[in-house]
Amino acid sequence: MVTVDLYNSLYVFILAAFIGFEVIRKVSPLLHTPLMSLTNALDAIAVVGAIILAGEHKSTLAAVLGTIAIVAATSNIVGGFIITDRMLKMFKSSRTQKP
Amino acid sequence: MIPATHIIELTYLIAVVLFVLSLKWLSSPATARHGVWAGEVGMLLAIVGTLFYRGIVDYKWIAIALVLGAIIGVPLGNVQMTAVPQRTALSHAFGALCVTLVGTAEFYLRAPNISRFMMSILSLEVILGGLTITGSLMAAGKLQEILPQRPITYKGQNFVNLGMLAIAVAIAVYLVLNPDAMHLYPIMVGIALVFGVMMIIPIGGADMPTVISLLNSYAGLSAAAMGFVLNSKLLIVAGSLDGASGFILSVNMSKAMNRSFTNVLFGAFGQVQHAVAGAVEARNVRSATPEEAAQILSAANKVAIIPGYGMAVAQAQHKVRELYDVLTKRGVDVKFGIHPVAGRMPGHMNVLLAEADIPYDKLLDMDDMNGDLPQTDVALVIGANDVTNPAARTDPSSPIYGMPILDVDKARTVMVIKRSMSPGFAGIDNPLYYLDNTLMLFGDAKQFVNSIVRELTGAGGHG
Repeated sequence: MVTVDLYNSLYVFILAAFIGFEVIRKVSPLLHTPLMSLTNALDAIAVVGAIILAGEHKSTLAAVLGTIAIVAATSNIVGGFIITDRMLKMFKSSRTQKP
Repeated sequence: MIPATHIIELTYLIAVVLFVLSLKWLSSPATARHGVWAGEVGMLLAIVGTLFYRGIVDYKWIAIALVLGAIIGVPLGNVQMTAVPQRTALSHAFGALCVTLVGTAEFYLRAPNISRFMMSILSLEVILGGLTITGSLMAAGKLQEILPQRPITYKGQNFVNLGMLAIAVAIAVYLVLNPDAMHLYPIMVGIALVFGVMMIIPIGGADMPTVISLLNSYAGLSAAAMGFVLNSKLLIVAGSLDGASGFILSVNMSKAMNRSFTNVLFGAFGQVQHAVAGAVEARNVRSATPEEAAQILSAANKVAIIPGYGMAVAQAQHKVRELYDVLTKRGVDVKFGIHPVAGRMPGHMNVLLAEADIPYDKLLDMDDMNGDLPQTDVALVIGANDVTNPAARTDPSSPIYGMPILDVDKARTVMVIKRSMSPGFAGIDNPLYYLDNTLMLFGDAKQFVNSIVRELTGAGGHG
């Protein structure tokens, strides 16, 4: 069972890494800063693991660490999406811009 | 009725699809904001789905933590655009903190009944996470200038650093073989935390774009490792996307500086060459006033503006935008040439110029700009130095030899706005300033550009 899970995880990891390389290589260098803040926000999906830890309350330590982890990840989600959108809003083309 | 586990898995599946689409849409500024939207929906779905998990017995602290995180997140999302690099470094620290805390909790829940494979991945997760926490905090401190930007080096530094990493890995191996040696776990994490600090100490401000990208990659990889530990495909995908993005950006940045990762991490750039400076002091430079600069610019057909970090430090981007407006109205073709390492993180300069309302189709990357420069009448360098240094092409003894640069010396006239003749960040003399077609415009970037703009609008009537 453990080995099945392991191989499943490895398949997912390797395929996701390939998709990541292909998709991100095409991101214009113009947008590399928003790219980093966006992937950072997406990476904070680790919050789901923290939510389960805090919610299951299997031990006090786990619940406390989980709760702090939720705070850290949520601030990344909220802050990351806000700043990415603020940056992208500023990118305007001269063709659509009024003189 | 559909069981809760199916609902959760389905929300995760949709979230994964939305995450990939989110990055795909980021490929062009026209669709990029859909990407943020897709990411937000995916994130919301995954979080709501997780709340259905039936193992959850207590929602109170989850709710409090989510609200508290949001409260911290809002100001972090509203920092000034010049502060985005340190904000990004800080968010790498937060992401890694989350991963390290979850990994630690999992260790104490499972140990000593933990499989060897699981323990290996968990160690990888918390070592990468730990060094990313403190490393990113250090990077944020240097970028915010709370900490000295100057690289701090001492004898045997690399030996000490590598030794520390080796001890952490050795403890990890020992824990894999003997999971009941639980008292070693905090030592392993502690060493990783100290290593993060030591790793950033010898790295100077100019190398920050590479370092931030590298830390981004570590944060992603540690999250992917957490996905293996929790057997969560969603986390593995998000982590590897983040890891891949950080890796690609690190490679870009290293290439743009003609340096390898190891060189950035172990090189302690920036204090190598003061010997060269003495030999060239006697050379002549030609300088010009704002009036002369305005005349030359108004006579040009094609102008290239090369902004560097100094422009952002002087807060001159809005004045530069006025200059762009005046010149464009007079029919001058104005483009901006952006070196990949202009600014303190990848793409930072583009954001600063976009903030000043300069259209993104006027922002050219290095290769496109270099194609244009030989046909350009005036190249105006504002706050950039090393990325325009022709010694990188011509002088094999220069420390930046081989670094790709913007070939501004190929333009008909070069104008460089600079405070004084003192060498740039890396302390390297720039032969560009002594060329016959170069005019030095001495002064503060913001004021000088402002004077040029005033000359142009004053002389041009309705302009």
